[in-house]
Amino acid sequence: MRLTASSLAVLTLLLGAVPAGAVAPVTTPPPPLELPAPTAFVAVDRPGDGGSAILLTWTDPTPLPEGTVLEVRRSEPPADEFAALQTVKPGTQRYVDASAEDGKTYRYELRVRGAETPDSLGIAGAVGPALVSDPVSPHDNWFRPERTNSLIASILFIALILSSIAAARSGKPIFIRRIAGLNAIDEAIGRATELGKKVLYVPGIQSMDEIQTIASMAILGHVARATARYGTDLDVPNRDPLTFVSARETVHSAYLAEGRPDLHREDMVHYVTYDQFAYTAAVSAQMTRERPAAIFLVGYFFAESLILAETGQSTGAIQIAGQADPTQLPFFVATCDYTLIGEELYAASAYLSREPVLLGSMRGQDIAKGLLLVIGIIGIISVSLGATWFMDLVKTQ
Amino acid sequence: MNTDFGRVTLVVLFAIVPIVGIALGMRAPALRSKIPLLVAFFAGLIPIFSMYIPKRFLSGDSGMSPRLDQWLIIVAGFALLLGLTNVISNSYRKISRRDKGWPYAIVLLAGLFIMGGFGIYGAISRQGTGFLPNGSPTPFRWVETTVFQPLQATIFALLAFFMASAAFRAFRARNTEATILLVAGAIVMTGRVPLLEFLAAPFPALHPAAAAASQFMGKATEWIMDTPNGAAQSGIIIGAALGAASMGIRVILGIERGYLGLGKGE
Repeated sequence: MRLTASSLAVLTLLLGAVPAGAVAPVTTPPPPLELPAPTAFVAVDRPGDGGSAILLTWTDPTPLPEGTVLEVRRSEPPADEFAALQTVKPGTQRYVDASAEDGKTYRYELRVRGAETPDSLGIAGAVGPALVSDPVSPHDNWFRPERTNSLIASILFIALILSSIAAARSGKPIFIRRIAGLNAIDEAIGRATELGKKVLYVPGIQSMDEIQTIASMAILGHVARATARYGTDLDVPNRDPLTFVSARETVHSAYLAEGRPDLHREDMVHYVTYDQFAYTAAVSAQMTRERPAAIFLVGYFFAESLILAETGQSTGAIQIAGQADPTQLPFFVATCDYTLIGEELYAASAYLSREPVLLGSMRGQDIAKGLLLVIGIIGIISVSLGATWFMDLVKTQ
Repeated sequence: MNTDFGRVTLVVLFAIVPIVGIALGMRAPALRSKIPLLVAFFAGLIPIFSMYIPKRFLSGDSGMSPRLDQWLIIVAGFALLLGLTNVISNSYRKISRRDKGWPYAIVLLAGLFIMGGFGIYGAISRQGTGFLPNGSPTPFRWVETTVFQPLQATIFALLAFFMASAAFRAFRARNTEATILLVAGAIVMTGRVPLLEFLAAPFPALHPAAAAASQFMGKATEWIMDTPNGAAQSGIIIGAALGAASMGIRVILGIERGYLGLGKGE
């Protein structure tokens, strides 16, 4: 044991004589890593919006240590203290402060912040130097720049329509192709007159804020004039109260215009109910009981389209339908004798009245369609060639 | 300019102008038809402007454009009263004259007054039209769930049968177009349901062939729906959109007047 103890003492002396270079490294922590600052930090009122938003943009510093985030802070002068607003992941380089209030002035601060969790880089919770924006206040704007293409297209379209109307007014002849469904209107009313039965006109189930219902009213006016001329009974059941009021006025005016107010009855245009299927049941029952000779289903229809058209078909009536929405069109095409498809519905008033002004607007519409066709072809070619600039040009937001 | 500017403008355009128009129309009948056109002109312009101008007085939550939509609901509410009056007076006339189908008018009026009565009772008694605190339904709710909703579902269910009869008529191969429709319809129907697998189920040897054929039909269905059907639908939508825009311009400019009951030159 004594020997062993002396041996250990010698060993200790020997180890004490080891050169300094071979000693284990000193464990003092390295100096903290300095976090870089973002650049080009700008705060502006978000362009083209309705106010209450500030757009912040910047350029991320490179390289950014892993786990760092960008911290956005805000102050409302006169207070100089910045309060944390949001943290943004690197690479985003933009942030919209949608909590700002119009009329108030804000300043924003942006800095890099290390991750909150401890890490080997020693930047946990550390923050980099801050950039402070100029004072900015949000406000509502006068124009949405992202809709410039749509505005130009709208102005062009309106100009085309107005110039075509002017051309039509000057007496220039305008050709309109034959539309079978519209030609058949008089035939259907004539048949009802011969059979001594009524004409049933269903103006869809939508209100007067639907453009198809407005188009339907124009056709109803023509149908009512014809029934007034021939002395045929007309029946217009309504689901929407505003459509009901408009239809009543349209029919009443048509009978006055034809000089047959004596044939007009208040109950020709009547209200049924606001419920979709209760209305469908009522109109279907009316078709079955009264067996009208001509049925018009013109306007905006949903699931009731086929129920009404099939019931009408089973009564043997001549049926003319019109709808611009393609979802219900197949049902009408399969069931009705004539169908006004898409734009034919809107062309009805011009086609039936042959007024030059209305015909002129149709010509403008056709020119616009031709232009759209050309734009479509250019788009197909440009996308096929891998160019996306044209798509970006015509994309609407 | 704040939202009050929009509110005042709306009141001037859609309340004061029509009232003044009606008053003047009594003396000058020609004005009677001009005022609705003027109102339609402004009502059409406001939503268009709000598409491009994000100013708060025009497009904000309480701006002119959303407020105009709210006004439409109010006007529709009054029009509904007019509709209700019309239903009652028409039904009463039908019953008193013993017109054809007059017993149905009794059923209609009974339904109207029973449901209306339960609704008013719910409002007066503060029960509402939903459920009572003990979980049982109010009379209004009870009639709605036990009578009205089953009737509604019945009418909707008729659609399935009507669809079958319409398809039968449409798919009769009378000419080339109808034959194409029949073939396309048969492919789409076969591609949407596992018909071939079902038919091949009793014959294990045919399973791989049925699976392959079913997969082919699925792809053919997709092609039919996306390519010819999608192209045709796009064509209809583009044409209809232009037609609607053109009609909208005609309405705003007062060229199209049929919906107001006004004819040419009025």
